[in-house]
Amino acid sequence: MVDVASAPKAPPNAALETAAETAAAPLPTGAGATTPPSTLRRMFRHRGLTIGAFLVGTIIFVALFAPLIVPHDPYAQDLTRRLIPPVWYEKGSWAHIFGTDNLGRDYFSRTLYGAQIALLIGFSVMIVSGFIGSALGLIAGYFGGKVDMVVTFFITTRLAMPVVLVALAVVAMIGSSLFVVIAVLGLLKWDRFAVVMRSATMQVRSQEYVSAAQAAGASTWRIVIGEILPNVMPHLIVVATVEAGSAILLEAALSFLGLGVQPPLPSWGLMISEAKNFMFFSFWLIAIPGTALALLVLGVNLLGDGLRDVFAPGGRS
Amino acid sequence: MLAFAAKRSALALLVAFAVSIIAFTLLRMSGDIAIAIAGEGARSEDIAMVREAYGLDRPLFVQYAEWLFKTLRGDLGQSIFFKTDVATLIMAKLPTTLMLGLFSIMFALALSIPLGVLAAVYAGSIIDRIALTVAVAGQALPNFFFALCLIIVFSIQLRWLPVSGSGTWKHFVMPTIALGYYVTPPIMRLVRAGMMEVLSSDYVRTARAKGLSPASVIFKHALRNALVPVVALTAVQLGFLLGGSIVIETIFALDGLGYLAYQSITHKDFPITQAVLLLLSATYVFLTLLSDLANAWLDPRIRMA
Repeated sequence: MVDVASAPKAPPNAALETAAETAAAPLPTGAGATTPPSTLRRMFRHRGLTIGAFLVGTIIFVALFAPLIVPHDPYAQDLTRRLIPPVWYEKGSWAHIFGTDNLGRDYFSRTLYGAQIALLIGFSVMIVSGFIGSALGLIAGYFGGKVDMVVTFFITTRLAMPVVLVALAVVAMIGSSLFVVIAVLGLLKWDRFAVVMRSATMQVRSQEYVSAAQAAGASTWRIVIGEILPNVMPHLIVVATVEAGSAILLEAALSFLGLGVQPPLPSWGLMISEAKNFMFFSFWLIAIPGTALALLVLGVNLLGDGLRDVFAPGGRS
Repeated sequence: MLAFAAKRSALALLVAFAVSIIAFTLLRMSGDIAIAIAGEGARSEDIAMVREAYGLDRPLFVQYAEWLFKTLRGDLGQSIFFKTDVATLIMAKLPTTLMLGLFSIMFALALSIPLGVLAAVYAGSIIDRIALTVAVAGQALPNFFFALCLIIVFSIQLRWLPVSGSGTWKHFVMPTIALGYYVTPPIMRLVRAGMMEVLSSDYVRTARAKGLSPASVIFKHALRNALVPVVALTAVQLGFLLGGSIVIETIFALDGLGYLAYQSITHKDFPITQAVLLLLSATYVFLTLLSDLANAWLDPRIRMA
């Protein structure tokens, strides 16, 4: 079901190998290994993938239509209606399904709007870091030799620095906002993309169609974009999915520590942070955003694991 | 082997050097240090004096070289907020974080090796499925949320453990679980995958055919070989753990390096942040180097690559 694709050959570089942990599945050679109908059928049959797609799909739907669904303004404070428990508590009411927070804001509305922020962060960071990492990985894998050495050095250096510490420090220096968090995480989280794309490109580079393109006189740019990229796409999609989940968790952690998304935005990590002082008597205040976060990341991870299984069936037990 | 070790060590040194440049730049990016040292509201003559006294008016690479030599001698500068020597401060907090890291990795191994072995031996069974589900769910749970849940259960409801602080062993229990569970899934997956491969190999079949007991086959023959890559992963994960300790130590107010780093960041006391960054990175580089060398020593095929 999950990552057993990579046989544990002792890694020549432990750090790189760990980062590549999600990826080292043997590449399906040629188009024949994954013809469209069988891939689709495998997707539907894969239980983890289906559950993941359902979770993520639901949360995307909720995020998109939040303005139409929410019963209250997520920013409207009402100090006469503070800390009302959710509907499943004895004192709860249907007026506030998830209750209200310490400022009397409707928690259901805030949780739904939180989905927008989580998805926005996950997606944007994935795009930024995916672009940087894929570019580095593609050129390292395609050119090899000295270029590869330089890129590997970049990756190793990047891996040596703890993401949380550097992100916190940089955000503290330039001031925190949604945009800053996305930029900082995007610039930090490209390592796994680079590692995976590098090894995937190396596998594809020696394929016959690449030699054919080279012999036909196609430009390097064209070979990399037109021949290599489409064939390493499955790997890219899998890493991108997993990395989006990891970016969402990181943003939540930064916001939780007060150096991420700023109030009054309803980021789930920030909501947990704001509710920390009330959690002993109003546990739902941290339980609801915490569960939302866990469900989204679980969905994203299941999706990533499932896609890996579907794309690389050969390596599975 | 020697050539391999030399090459790897050179790379590690180069990486450490690159990180030091980044750490230096980061501190300089944080704003004018002269103003920070002179204090807010200082007169411009005072700031100029500080700048000259600390040599901040010289070219950057000269300052970098001087800073690097000082750092290598163990002089990490002065903390702006705590008004003490950064090196002393760090040495005081280091044992707590090292202990937390060690406990966490032991906790993770104690959980992941038996689970991984069980999952591999009974592949496809209920046990395997439960182990995989726990692994997948565990990786989705935000560690700070998990930590808060632990506090509610063990400190508030059961009253077994203190909420925060770092006086006794009891203060380490929840941080260890919160930090350790996060690295359990990757190690468990690796143990499982390694065991699956080894169990289907020829020599294990031979051992079985000889009529050895299943326990002997699994523990004496299979597990030892399956654990080789786990050693490497564990070393690397220990590096990640030290990074993750920032969030966990802050939640439990555990007085270690991570908490110190968080405090330094919120107080804009960046010499400390810089020192912690250097220390964590150096530890990570060192651990990766060790695991690379250990692997090469255990498996000659790697040295040839």
